[in-house]
Amino acid sequence: MFLAAEEGEKVELVGGFLAEWAWLIPVVPLVAAAAIVFFGKRLPYKGWELAVGALGFVAVYGTALLIGHAMTPMGFEDHVTLVDAGTVPGLGDLVLEWGWTVDGLSIMMYFLVGVVGFFVFTYAKGYMEGDVRFTWFFAAFTLFAGTMLVLVSAPNMIQLIVGWEGVGLSSYLLIGHYWEDMENVWAGNKAFITNKIADIGLFLGVIVFAIGAGSFRFLDVFEAVESGAISSGFAVAGALLIFLGAMGKSGQFPLHVWLPDAMAGPTPVSSLMHAATMVTAGVYLIARMFPVFDAPAVAGDIRWLLITIGVITLFATGLIALVQDDIKKVLAYSTLSQLGYMTAAVGAGAYTAGLFHLFTHAFFKALLFLAAGSVIHAVHSNNMSDMGGLRSAMPHTFRTFVIGSLALAGILPFAGFWSKDEILATLNHDGYTAALVVATAGAFVTAFYMGRAVFLTFFGEYRGQGQPHESPPIMTVPLYGLAAGAVFFGFLNVPGLYTGFTDWVTARVFVPQEYHPESIDFVVGGIGLLVALAGIAAAYVLFFRDAESQAARDRFSIPVLYPILENKYFIDDFYMKGIINPTRLQIAAAVNWSNDRIIDFAVNAAGVATRVAARFVYDILDQLGIDFGINAAGAVTGEAGGALRLTQTGKVQQYAAVVVAGAVLLAAGFIIFA
Amino acid sequence: MEWFDNGWGLSLTVFLPLVGAAVVMALPRRNELAVKSTALVFASLSLLTSIIVALRFDYGDTSQFQMGTDLAWIEAISSRFHIGVDGISLPLLVLSTAITVLSVIYSWNHWPEPHNPKAFLVLMLVLATGMAGTFVALDLILFFVFFEVVLLPMYFMIGIWGDRTKRRLAGLGVEVEMRLYASIKFFLFTLFGSAFMLLGFLALFFKAEPNTFDMVALSELGRAGVFTGTFGFWVFAALFLGFAVKVPMWPFHTWLPDAHTAAPTVGSVLLAAILLKLGTYGFVRISLPILPQQAQDWAPAIAILAVISIIYGSLACLAQTDVKRLIAFSSVGHMGFVMLGIATLTDIGINAAVIGMVAHGIITGLLFFLAGSMQHRYHTREMSRLGGNMKLMPVLGGILGFTAMASLGLPGLAGFWGEFMALLGSFNPLDGLNLGVFRTAMVLGAVGTVLTAGYLLWMLQRVNLGEVPAEWASKEFHDADGFELAAWVPLVLATLIIGIWPKAVFGATNDAVVSLVERTFG
Amino acid sequence: MIVSQFLVLSAALFALGVYGLLVRRNAVLVLLSIELMLSAVTINLVAFGAFHDDPLFTGSVFALFVITVAAAEVGIGIAIVLMIFRARRSANVDELDLMKW
Repeated sequence: MFLAAEEGEKVELVGGFLAEWAWLIPVVPLVAAAAIVFFGKRLPYKGWELAVGALGFVAVYGTALLIGHAMTPMGFEDHVTLVDAGTVPGLGDLVLEWGWTVDGLSIMMYFLVGVVGFFVFTYAKGYMEGDVRFTWFFAAFTLFAGTMLVLVSAPNMIQLIVGWEGVGLSSYLLIGHYWEDMENVWAGNKAFITNKIADIGLFLGVIVFAIGAGSFRFLDVFEAVESGAISSGFAVAGALLIFLGAMGKSGQFPLHVWLPDAMAGPTPVSSLMHAATMVTAGVYLIARMFPVFDAPAVAGDIRWLLITIGVITLFATGLIALVQDDIKKVLAYSTLSQLGYMTAAVGAGAYTAGLFHLFTHAFFKALLFLAAGSVIHAVHSNNMSDMGGLRSAMPHTFRTFVIGSLALAGILPFAGFWSKDEILATLNHDGYTAALVVATAGAFVTAFYMGRAVFLTFFGEYRGQGQPHESPPIMTVPLYGLAAGAVFFGFLNVPGLYTGFTDWVTARVFVPQEYHPESIDFVVGGIGLLVALAGIAAAYVLFFRDAESQAARDRFSIPVLYPILENKYFIDDFYMKGIINPTRLQIAAAVNWSNDRIIDFAVNAAGVATRVAARFVYDILDQLGIDFGINAAGAVTGEAGGALRLTQTGKVQQYAAVVVAGAVLLAAGFIIFA
Repeated sequence: MEWFDNGWGLSLTVFLPLVGAAVVMALPRRNELAVKSTALVFASLSLLTSIIVALRFDYGDTSQFQMGTDLAWIEAISSRFHIGVDGISLPLLVLSTAITVLSVIYSWNHWPEPHNPKAFLVLMLVLATGMAGTFVALDLILFFVFFEVVLLPMYFMIGIWGDRTKRRLAGLGVEVEMRLYASIKFFLFTLFGSAFMLLGFLALFFKAEPNTFDMVALSELGRAGVFTGTFGFWVFAALFLGFAVKVPMWPFHTWLPDAHTAAPTVGSVLLAAILLKLGTYGFVRISLPILPQQAQDWAPAIAILAVISIIYGSLACLAQTDVKRLIAFSSVGHMGFVMLGIATLTDIGINAAVIGMVAHGIITGLLFFLAGSMQHRYHTREMSRLGGNMKLMPVLGGILGFTAMASLGLPGLAGFWGEFMALLGSFNPLDGLNLGVFRTAMVLGAVGTVLTAGYLLWMLQRVNLGEVPAEWASKEFHDADGFELAAWVPLVLATLIIGIWPKAVFGATNDAVVSLVERTFG
Repeated sequence: MIVSQFLVLSAALFALGVYGLLVRRNAVLVLLSIELMLSAVTINLVAFGAFHDDPLFTGSVFALFVITVAAAEVGIGIAIVLMIFRARRSANVDELDLMKW
């Protein structure tokens, strides 16, 4: 009945045994993370086995779900079996609840997080060997995957926020893993704060939709938007706010600044963060709320914004990648660029194309990061100026890195070609010509900087210190695993041949109305491929024949553009010098000053004035006036007593003499007067 | 257990600590173990009775006052010993008894100078009676008495065991000793407010027909529209002053940083965890039901002040160099969210306020414990001198990190619900309130969450992370000991439980708040 | 019987007692002087009692009272004097100004 549903129609929810137990997917990694914190150090592999076991479980479960879904499409959602977190009153059935979702979209993400995560976790054992905080690293890493799965499995917006911020927290922990170095701490803070700023949007967007729909559940929100229960004004505002949240997590211009700095974390973290968790969350959120973004009342007002932001991001950040020396930063900026493609695609209404690119990108980007990590592990430097000629020393790394690069550059028949082609084809079909031109130009840039990275790293003369060696099998085997994905997963959605992916990711309830290419768009695909090849050729001309990086860089430096790119368009500087530092230093100091000097001064001045008044009352009125009288009376009494007490000699016979004298006097008086 | 439900349970909860104080006073000062155990036993008994109260509480009828009694007390002014708990006060009552027990446990081997456990514990137990009593009192005079009972022990705690450093008052050139300055400031500030509050109570008493101090009766009169017009305005203003100082709301907050900074650790904990709640509780329990019309008139103003508190408190935090002072200013911001929730006058907002109070009590109490323990070890609170705490003391540093995350409102931990739901409530405040003000407040409050994250991360960065400064590198530090963990772990667990399962609080408050809002503003 | 003879004797004894009380420095002698004064009073009482021909013998009865009180007084007085002497190795009345203001 699912497959029979026409586009735009509602479909019924179906589940099954696997779907009913799918709540284990987020719970197992979370439990594993807690277990690693408390027992990890006592285990033979220091907690790594728990981490990789949890991810293995997710990978297996995700694969099982994917297979099950491919055979009988699932659409399942449940809330009750976990915790009923109490009702929010006054808004009908606005309920706080935990739950889980099993539909094409979430299954795709379970599979992605599980499989990519499993490879990355395996690799990380080799990479992190001997690290000071090995156990803690895996605890935080497992938490990272677990919170991402909480986010993905969320059937309501509250749980989404919990997972969302949980991902932010874990990324903060992992980016700042080497927190002895303040640089890394700043990078972690930057990531957290940038995301928190974007979360204002998410929070307020959720509030707008929740109040409008009277529920936090996505399904209710979709229905409310569709039925017009949420007015189009609020729906547009809510969608914009949600998109602001997505911009933060998915590093869209101009909130992209945290992502390159997040390279401060260990390389496996970058790999997972860029592939399956964290940055994909924003795109996932837009996909999850696609019925809202796609609703007729909203789409008209908001599409152009998503496309514009996406296109700016894909091109502007791609250019920055051209000038980076740090190999991880090249990859980081390329991630931003690819996220721009996804945003533009989803914004243009190409739901499947955007998610397909997210899916393939996860494999080759994870691969590229792990391979880069392998290189860094060997040469002990992030900079390509310290590399070169590693082709023969590190054959496995070289082969897989090249596969990843070709996939990212969009060369036939690797995965990136198919997914990027679908985006370009959709932009072409829907008439977003300007976006198509920029995106195609972006493909040239992508191919160029990846070519540059490959040539500078693996060809020419070795420029670094020591003798680099190939990494151990525990690191290279996962590279091949991911490389297989980068090679083959493009065939999951070849127009005209096999379009299984399109059916897989169709979210339950609403089938988006989107364009599916009937067959390969040979014109757009051909141009895309040619442009990518041209990019590689340009890189070859510039960097291969003379791989001495300084000379190549000199030839490459374009006077005005180069400094702008090296300074990342001065956006970071603007944020730091224009917003963060003034807030942190001047404004905060001003507030503190006003607190001390104005409010507290008033309080203290009142206190001091009271004390002065009190002094006056006490010293003048009281002490010199009233109290003087009292004291005078007291003093007179005291003086008199002092004089009189001299008569008290303590000599009994004197007293007796006085008594006798008195008696005699009395007697005399008696005699005389009587 | 009939007797227990008829007021004895609550009375025991309230007065057991006072009995304990008397017993401790009779013990010889030198026998510290006996003194400490006695105090612990009485505090624990009080906690136990409050837990029994919570267990015997009828959650199907949370809007009614339960487990209480109404006895003649001061006939001459028809003030009665009327006590009882409903869903709003129950969580706060349990929180106050629990925090007292944890404070006693923490104190076990952390005594501030001058060393005098007996006097310290006596004050703590008297304080416990005052705090618990305020949450169960249903008579304005009884409420006032408990409200004021709290003042004295805290005054002595700060004044005797407080920080002895000298400070020059900005702009006045007067040099003061922190503990004396802070204790007097705290006392006078609060007394200033509560004097007006008492005036308000008296005004209500004489206006009510027949004259009464009974909150339930006054609420009914308030709903009937007896206290309106100029009279109502001035009474609300008087009560507002009394409660706003205690909360504290901007601009009545300046006693708070000084009191917190100067107070000994346990004093800060009790101050942050419970004393601040007396103000917000007063708004919910007294101001709103008795003066509903005025509450609606004042709500926008309160919302504006609340938002100023949020932004202002967070910005001031960014400027602090003293870790305790930073945490103290963070209270201003967090209580701003609570007040914003109350100002919406909706069930969402007031529910948010109650869970916000509980969460703030747990989280900020824990933060002050941690700050105190760090001061105990480093003998400084200057963040510029600290660093690498995570390396020196992983357990303490880890708990500090966790608590900071909870404090910045991380979803899934206790602090989130109060903040998020306060914002949720201010999107749609009570009908008739100015939407523009509240929606602006919502946006600014959301900006405040960013600033909150900013200063807490910055605090973590300066205290927990980075290299260990040379000053401490060669020193031996012992990580959190058993007593510290015994005091902290329950708070950590409570943060987690309320975060994952907010029904732990909402289950009690929800119906009570709904019926309060319905009856008062419906 | 002439009363005046007894009165003269009594007055003389009393005067002697007063003299001793005021002049003697030794506490024991001061006590003895007090006894002398009491004896004078006793003589008076007995003399007036006999003179009045009182069927109840009031005078003699009071004389007996005085003798009893005197004995008790001397007993306590000597005891105090002994204690003071033990403590201070002196029974000089002039030095006994412990309780002076």
